Parts: sequence; structure tokens; C-alpha cells
Amino acid sequence: MTGPRSRPADAPTPGSGASARPLLRATRAHPAVVLGAVAGLVVVVLAGTMIGAAELGAMAVARELLSGIPGIEVDSGLSERQQAILWQLRLPRVALGALVGAVLAISGAAYQGVFRNPLADPYLLGVAAGAGLGATIAVVYGTGSLAGVVVPVLAFVGALVGVGLTYVLGRAVTGVRSATTLILAGVAVAAFLTAIQTYLQQQNADVLREVWTWILGSLTRASWGQIGLLLPYTAVSVLVILLHRRLLDVLAVGEEEARTLGVRTGQVRLTVIIAASLGTAAAVAVSGLIGFVGIIVPHTVRLLAGTSYRVILPLSIVAGAAFLVLADLLARTVASPAELPIGVVTAFFGAPFFAVVLRTSRRLT
Amino acid sequence: MRCNLITYLTSAGVRRRLLTAIGATALLASACAGEDADAPADDVEVEDDDIDDAPDGDDADVDADDGDADDGDAGAEDFPVTVTDARGVDVEIAERPERIVSLSPTHTEILFAIGADDQVIAVDDQSDYPDEAPMTDLSGFEPNIEAIADEDPDLVIAGFDPGEMADGLEGLGIDVLIFDTVGSLEEALDDYEATGRATGHAEAGEQLAADTMDQLEALAEEAPDEPLTYYHELDEFLYTSTSQTFIGEVYGLFGLENIADAADEDGSGFPQLSEEYIVEEDPDLIFLAGAGSSTPDEVADRPGWDTITAVQDGNLIEVDASISSRWGPRIVQFAETVRDAVDDAA
Repeated sequence: MTGPRSRPADAPTPGSGASARPLLRATRAHPAVVLGAVAGLVVVVLAGTMIGAAELGAMAVARELLSGIPGIEVDSGLSERQQAILWQLRLPRVALGALVGAVLAISGAAYQGVFRNPLADPYLLGVAAGAGLGATIAVVYGTGSLAGVVVPVLAFVGALVGVGLTYVLGRAVTGVRSATTLILAGVAVAAFLTAIQTYLQQQNADVLREVWTWILGSLTRASWGQIGLLLPYTAVSVLVILLHRRLLDVLAVGEEEARTLGVRTGQVRLTVIIAASLGTAAAVAVSGLIGFVGIIVPHTVRLLAGTSYRVILPLSIVAGAAFLVLADLLARTVASPAELPIGVVTAFFGAPFFAVVLRTSRRLT
Repeated sequence: MRCNLITYLTSAGVRRRLLTAIGATALLASACAGEDADAPADDVEVEDDDIDDAPDGDDADVDADDGDADDGDAGAEDFPVTVTDARGVDVEIAERPERIVSLSPTHTEILFAIGADDQVIAVDDQSDYPDEAPMTDLSGFEPNIEAIADEDPDLVIAGFDPGEMADGLEGLGIDVLIFDTVGSLEEALDDYEATGRATGHAEAGEQLAADTMDQLEALAEEAPDEPLTYYHELDEFLYTSTSQTFIGEVYGLFGLENIADAADEDGSGFPQLSEEYIVEEDPDLIFLAGAGSSTPDEVADRPGWDTITAVQDGNLIEVDASISSRWGPRIVQFAETVRDAVDDAA
């Protein structure tokens, strides 16, 4: 709301009298905000690449990165092992953090738009519970050599099953038109799936720690392979959500108003939910349940840059990526060479932020 | 959250226990002093025979550990005994327990090693050794007081109390001993002793402690002096144990250096390491000790790990988690695994 208010030239306007209504939003972020977000991302990515448990030296890392560019030959002075640390461990971890952060943040923003609820997050609608159940099944029943492969697959499937159940249940009651019904259905589905997961866990107490480590979220075993798995899903998800940015603005005005304008709200909602759930499910599958990103980031963007989804969605991608890269940098350096669970870091910042969101929620809805 | 709870309880318990360890150590030293000469380093599983022959000249110290404490009713006159458990509670056991429930796999192994097998009526679902242990579906992680009470025990031994279990059982007149994860080999041996005294097998418990120490020391003597480094992997999220654990002490017997010590400033003994740190530290040996964790081939395939000496030299050793995570007498087998690995690597 600190951004410039200008009449949106391309926004659907219900009439000339609309200029006094809240529909009037800045549809472009202030250049300074965009610049700041991008600069922030660049800075944390560089910091994340330079700093780590292994001390490679910032200059050596810079030279090594330069030497990675075809045509440039620089001797970084890094040993073969140090090169492996940089290229195969640290860089994929930074990249995975950015990717997961981006998709969680934009999914969170999308959910908040679809449900017109500032507390909606990407794990709503049974995504988290489903993924948790899938991962637990994989850990409990997967045997040694298979477990590593099966966990992400089952987590992904579980997340989609969770959303699917929620949708079917919500629709069975009133059709998908009522956002509240869908959220309540999500609560029921999540409770049910979590009950099964807890039961399995209790029956297999020996794998308790593995399950909980996964649930707390972790980027500790990031690899280029994981990024390859994740990229197609996130690309589709982000693209579809971005294509709906204007319709989300219309939905934000109100269900009835949107329908009056000829927006097929049910269809828009369903499409966006599917896209956001797909991206979230893929992210969860490789990184576990990293909380709060999907709430903190969109709300921060909202507070700083404006309430139009044409501003929030693209900026959330940048800010989400920066936030998670930073959180992971803290997770792996604060107690270095030990790791902190990244969920602890995001929640440490997320929980106080929640209070701020609640205090200002009148402005947000 | 529950695993954090376990870790928290464990570390808190270890700290508490360390405070009492000074007293217990003095006790152990005096209890073992008279037996040096007649403590053959036999197989620990034939305990009863050892005990029958053992003279009982060292009964000057604690509550009750008279020499005949062995089979049947012979130990009855030793009771009551008072045993201090990991909670710091002095548990007074009035009579020789005849119906013991063990919810701790480690203590199940100890009970059978000291010849208390006839007194054990039920063990938890993780107590898979020895085979003759009466395994039930009782859970040590999520103990159900009613189900435990239904076995009509007179003594319950557990490795962990998630909440009100001890209070609940004690309210039913059942003695409860909680033994947390030990922080050192010495505390492990204390457990043998305490388990022995609590069950009327005081001599056997002391003998087991002495024999185990002797066997470990004998193994350590064969160890080469090579200053090798190692990493002990508990799971694929790179949780490990430091040298400040009973696991680490076993490695320490062979002069091995733990790469994880720098990561453990909070003293839990079980930190999670950064992957790049492990690669940078370049351990000579990697021990894989997780239940259902990665195989050596999988570890070798991890990105970047092919630059580690242990991987290049093929020194990836699978360790039976049900042995290395417990501090019962089979810790000697774990030490043998380590010695073999060190021999191979040297």
C-alpha cells in the first residue's frame, strides 16, 4: 500500500464509479521494490554460494565460478574435493532453496487469493498431511536401497491424493463455489490422513527420527538430480498461476462481483488450486514440509508493494527464493558444521511475523 | 516433535546421570576390586557358570550384593535393594522381582546376559535379541500403562519415559526403573551393575561389566596406531554420533578420530552434519549404522562423495544398528566390527 496508486488501465472495471472502490490497486510494483527484491536475491545467492561449513574462501569460489563459464580459464586454487563441494553440494543446495522458496511463496499467494483468506498457506487442503503420510509409508515400508527414491514419489502422490480428497469432499457438500467449505473439507482430510500417519509412526517407532526429519523439512541432501525432478512441475505451476494473476485480482473484489463480470469463479479457483498444489507437492516431495514461507513472503510483499496479484505473484517468486536461500544459509552456518532443521529457522522468523499479520489483517483482507 | 522430545529427554537424562556417575564410579571400582584375579574373559552369555565359581569377598559396600546372589531363591535375602535410576530416583525394591517387563532392548540383552531370563515375562516390540526373549507388542516409545500392568509385573525396566508412565505404574505398586541412553561406556557398565542388583544378580552384573571391559580392552590392544578418522552415519539426513557417546568411545578404543566433534557444541552427542563438511573432512572410514539407511553403493553414488578417501578405498562399513545403538554386552561385537574395519584400512 506504500506503492503508487494509479488507475489500472487493464483491470476489469465494473463502471466509471469504481474509482472510489478498493478495486483500485497498483498493478505494477514500484521499480524500487522490484529492484530491491532482485538485488536481495542476488546478494543472498552469492552469500549462500560463498559461505558454508567447508571454508573454500570467497575469492576462490568466485574464481571457480568464473572458470565454470565456457571460454574463461581461471585457476581457482580449489582442490578436486573442494570443487566437488562447490559444484555438487553447495550450488545445488542454493538452487534448490531458491526453487522451493519460489514455488512455496507463489503457491501461498495463490491460495490466499483463491480463498480470500490471509492465513491460507500452500499446505492447506491436505497437501501436507497427504505428503506426510506418503513419506511415512515410504520410510516404513521402503527397504534400504529403495527408500531414497520412493520417499519423494510417495510424498508427491500423497500430496495430490490429499488435495483430491479435499476437493471431492468439498464438492460433495456444496460444489466448489464455497471457499470456506473447501477449507473445512481440507481440515477434515488432514486430520484423517494425519491420524493414519501417526498410527503408522507409532507402530514403527524405530523410524521415528527419519519421519520427523522429513516432516521438519530439509535441504541437506540437495542434488542437481532433485532439481531436475522438481523443475518441470514448478515451471508449469508457476506459469499457470501467473497467467491467472488478473483473474485473482477480480476474485479479490468478491465472489458475486467477479461472477457479475463474467468470471467463471469455480473454474478459476479449481485451476489455480490444481496448479498451486502441483507445485507444492513437487517441492514437498524433495524438501519436506518447510513451513511459513508461503505465508510470510506473500504478506511481506503485500505490505511493501501493494495488494494486486499482478504485483504479489511475481514478487513472491523473487522474495520467496531469497527468503529460503537465506533461511537455509542460516540453517547450515549458525551451528556449523552441524545443521539446524530449516523448519526451525523459517518458523523462528515466521511465528513472530504471524502476529504482525494478525494485527494488520484488517488491511490485508 | 516427538523425536526432539526424545533427544531432549536423553540429553537431560545424560546430564543428570553424569552428576551421579561420580558416586557410581567409586562404587563400581570397589565392587570390582576383589574380582580382578578370578574374572575370566569368557563369553558373556555363560554368566551363571562364572558366578557359581566366583568368590564373594567384596560385599563391604552397597545395599545388597552378597555373593550367593545367583539362582532361584538364593538371592532373596539380599533384598530390599535400592537402585538409583536415570531419573535420579532411589527405587527401593523390596523383594527379588520375579515378573520383569523390559521395555528397553538394551536392558533385555543385559537381563539375559546376567541370567535373569527366568524372571523376564515380557519384553517390548523392539527387543529382538536374544531370540528367546518373550517379545510382545508392548511399545517402549509409546508405552501403554494398562497393557503393561496387564502383564502383572513386579518390576518394569524402561529406556525412556514419555510422560506419566513411571508415576502411573508406581501408583499400581509396580517398581519402575528408567534407564536413559548412557553417555559413556562407564555408564553402560553401571547399567549392567544396576540391572544386576535390581534383579538379584548383583554378582553377575558386576562380572558382566568386568568381562565386557576386559574384552574391549583386549580388542583395543590389537589395534594399530594409525590415526584414522571416521564418520558414523545414523541416517541419510547425516545425523551422527560424536566421540562423547558410548558409541564414540568404542571407536576411541582404536584411536579413531571422530569428524563430528566440532559440530557438537550443544553437547547432545548426536548432531546433524553438513554434507559439505563431511566431504571436506575426508574421513578414512565411514560406518553406516542406520536401520534401513543407505547401502555402501548408495553412499558411494552420492554427489561429491567419490572424492572422500573412505569411498575411494572402499572403506564403507555396514554396522548392525540393533547392535551399535545398544549398550548391552554385544557392544563387544560392535567393537570387533570396528577392529576388523581398522585392520582392513591400515
